[in-house]
Amino acid sequence: MIVELGHYALVLGLALSLAQMVVPMIGLRMRDARMIAVAPPLTIATFLAVSVSFAALTWAYVTSDFSVRNVWANSFSDKPLIFKFTGVWGNHEGSMLLWILTLALFGALVAFFGANLPSRLKAAVLSVQGSVTVAFALFILLTSNPFERMSPAPMEGRDLNPILQDIGLAIHPPLLYLGYVGFSICFAFAVAALIEGRIDAAWARWVRPWTLVSWLFLTAGIAMGSYWAYYELGWGGWWFWDPVENASFMPWLIGTALLHSALVMEKREAMKVWTILLAILAFSFSLLGTFLVRSGVLTSVHSFATDPQRGLFILLILVVFIGGSLILFALRAGTLRNGGMFHPVSREGALVLNNLFLTTATATVLVGTLYPLLVEAVSGEKISVGAPYFNYTFIPLMIPLLMAVPFGPLLAWKRGNLYAAAERLWLAAALALVAALVMAFVLYDAPVLSAFAYFVAFWLLIGSFADLWQKAGFAKNGLAKGWARLKGLPRANWGTALAHAGLGVTVLGIVGVTTFEDETVLRMTPGETTSFAGYDVAFNELTPGKGPNYTYDRGIFTITRDGRLIGTVEPEKRIYVASRMPTTEAGIQSVGLFSHYYVALGDPPESGEGIVVRIWWKPWVTLIWYGSILMVIAGGISLSDRRLRIGAPQAARRRREPLAANATPEPAE
Amino acid sequence: MTRWLAALVLLTAMAMPAMAVNPDEILDDPALEERARDISAGLRCMVCQNQSIDDSDAELARDLRVLVRDRLVAGDSNEEVVAYVVDRYGEFVLLRPAFSARNALLWATPAIILILGGTAAFAFSRRQSRSQLGEALTEDEQARVAKILDEGEERQA
Repeated sequence: MIVELGHYALVLGLALSLAQMVVPMIGLRMRDARMIAVAPPLTIATFLAVSVSFAALTWAYVTSDFSVRNVWANSFSDKPLIFKFTGVWGNHEGSMLLWILTLALFGALVAFFGANLPSRLKAAVLSVQGSVTVAFALFILLTSNPFERMSPAPMEGRDLNPILQDIGLAIHPPLLYLGYVGFSICFAFAVAALIEGRIDAAWARWVRPWTLVSWLFLTAGIAMGSYWAYYELGWGGWWFWDPVENASFMPWLIGTALLHSALVMEKREAMKVWTILLAILAFSFSLLGTFLVRSGVLTSVHSFATDPQRGLFILLILVVFIGGSLILFALRAGTLRNGGMFHPVSREGALVLNNLFLTTATATVLVGTLYPLLVEAVSGEKISVGAPYFNYTFIPLMIPLLMAVPFGPLLAWKRGNLYAAAERLWLAAALALVAALVMAFVLYDAPVLSAFAYFVAFWLLIGSFADLWQKAGFAKNGLAKGWARLKGLPRANWGTALAHAGLGVTVLGIVGVTTFEDETVLRMTPGETTSFAGYDVAFNELTPGKGPNYTYDRGIFTITRDGRLIGTVEPEKRIYVASRMPTTEAGIQSVGLFSHYYVALGDPPESGEGIVVRIWWKPWVTLIWYGSILMVIAGGISLSDRRLRIGAPQAARRRREPLAANATPEPAE
Repeated sequence: MTRWLAALVLLTAMAMPAMAVNPDEILDDPALEERARDISAGLRCMVCQNQSIDDSDAELARDLRVLVRDRLVAGDSNEEVVAYVVDRYGEFVLLRPAFSARNALLWATPAIILILGGTAAFAFSRRQSRSQLGEALTEDEQARVAKILDEGEERQA
């Protein structure tokens, strides 16, 4: 009964979102205030209906109702409760329902908090958002219904794909979806602006928080996926240039570009047309990502089903939304006027450079991801585009961009002084150089060339604070006054510095682990000890056992250095009962603050005693994710900036304003 | 079973983080073994998704690893080994696509976009800056700005 109610609620959600799409649009055409005013309540009603639907499916999972085909195919009665919850979106149908729930949620948030949006713009935005909801609700109801029953009901389910039974992967999809779908709001704003034919700095001010929200969820989601791959797949790799990773990376790159170009638009009314285009592209790449992953065009762990009908449907959605919005853009972009002028060497110029490199990088990833499909479609031949291609193309594109980052915030709007900016950065450059040489040369006795990679990372990390340092002016103002100045800065300045520094931390982790990683593989029997990378590893025992829905072989290893205990790790090889599928649980020991000693069990050898053991020394690897966390926090700080909080009363801050205005040499907005 | 997992789990090493080589496959000569690892990292495991034979637990990947090592022991150069494998399995086996006419678009895209985009952005900003922007502040204006800033500072202090 509850399941049928969920199905009904989903159909109701479709009907409501259809109304949400059509009624306000007619109202805008006919200038009917009542039809325009109905958009927010309809949006909230859509959200409620979809929530009921999602709750019903969750109910079916939690109670293990195997008469529902979707639950039977993806759940198991002995599965831990947490994975019964997360199993709801650990499959194609459920994940699409989550996608719609997120769409409806964001629409409802705009309806609820957008009290100060002009009612016409708000209605247009909600209408466009409704059209996306309609498309995906139709998709799920016509091709991927999660509420389908089966009779007779089986006694036991087939269990969730074991590699998805992990808390890391359980929260990875919702984070990514919040990011993907967040861009739908930016898209809706862009299309609404094109339809209304009006765009100004205020538009950018509304779009920027949404971009920021999407960006920080996407950052968190990608980092989470990367960390999950690192500890769960048992290879110790953290980024594979897999098509599915690329599918989430492209919206991130474009979203990062959008974040920066919206800044130019908000502050200087320049780059309007380009910002609109980026807003459309960011969501287009999110849709493309969904298509690539869900259609099974690129078969992988993420595509739970390879049903051509579904692929075709999503392709249709893709063509309608991307094609439609781009046609609208082509028709209307000419009517938008660009505002502020600027010199090539200026803050705007730096942000143009940022956009140039980020879009080129996105295009590179796109071509690399789709080229094998293209070649196969044209000539029938199969080729592979793997990690080496991306390393050859993507990394050279990133180096100039990363080097340029510290300059950006130091350049003035309109017309900057590159020489003056460089002068303020010499200290950062010197510090970075020393740090790089110490790292590469002294610590690892490595060739000087690898010091360059370290230099880029340290330069980014240290240089990111140059702007804050300069604004504080400790040398001129003394410690107390400098600190007061720092505190008075808008939070967005802190956000910028921390986000750039976070990127630096991530790059530092990447450089550290790629240049000085070490690995070994050997056959070990319990009782044996081996030495590797300066540590002694004792293989104590190998014990079989039984988990809730799997059996395992667990190795227990003690890691010591010069007789001093570092820690004990317990890597496992698991076999899941229902699916007979093996998985690897790596044993990871933190060493120092940022490094890992990583032990994984291989297969028992074909002949003889013991088991294959693989050991990695991963210096500084955790910095990759700490940097991402820093970026997410920085996004949150920027988001809490008063200037971004739409509708926040301005008066409350006025008393403190002189201080902030004084500390910021930029023109007041 | 392992093959299934390998097919599910998609991997390509960024540098060389991954490793599926078994102890009994390793060559005695460390120099040869290192060459074998280098070559393996660039060859695709045909039954896997986006995974090199160096990373894959699949049987086919294992066979290829052994084949690469056999050819090396027989005295082939790195290029000869790769050519030998490509002869048998086609270009699909190369994780880094060849620099060929067919792949021209693939390799040239980054440069084309960067140059076109850079030219467009530069032309645009020049046109803009020429049309309206004045020169930098005059000395007189500079002095006035400095004065205003100083006053603000005093008030704050």
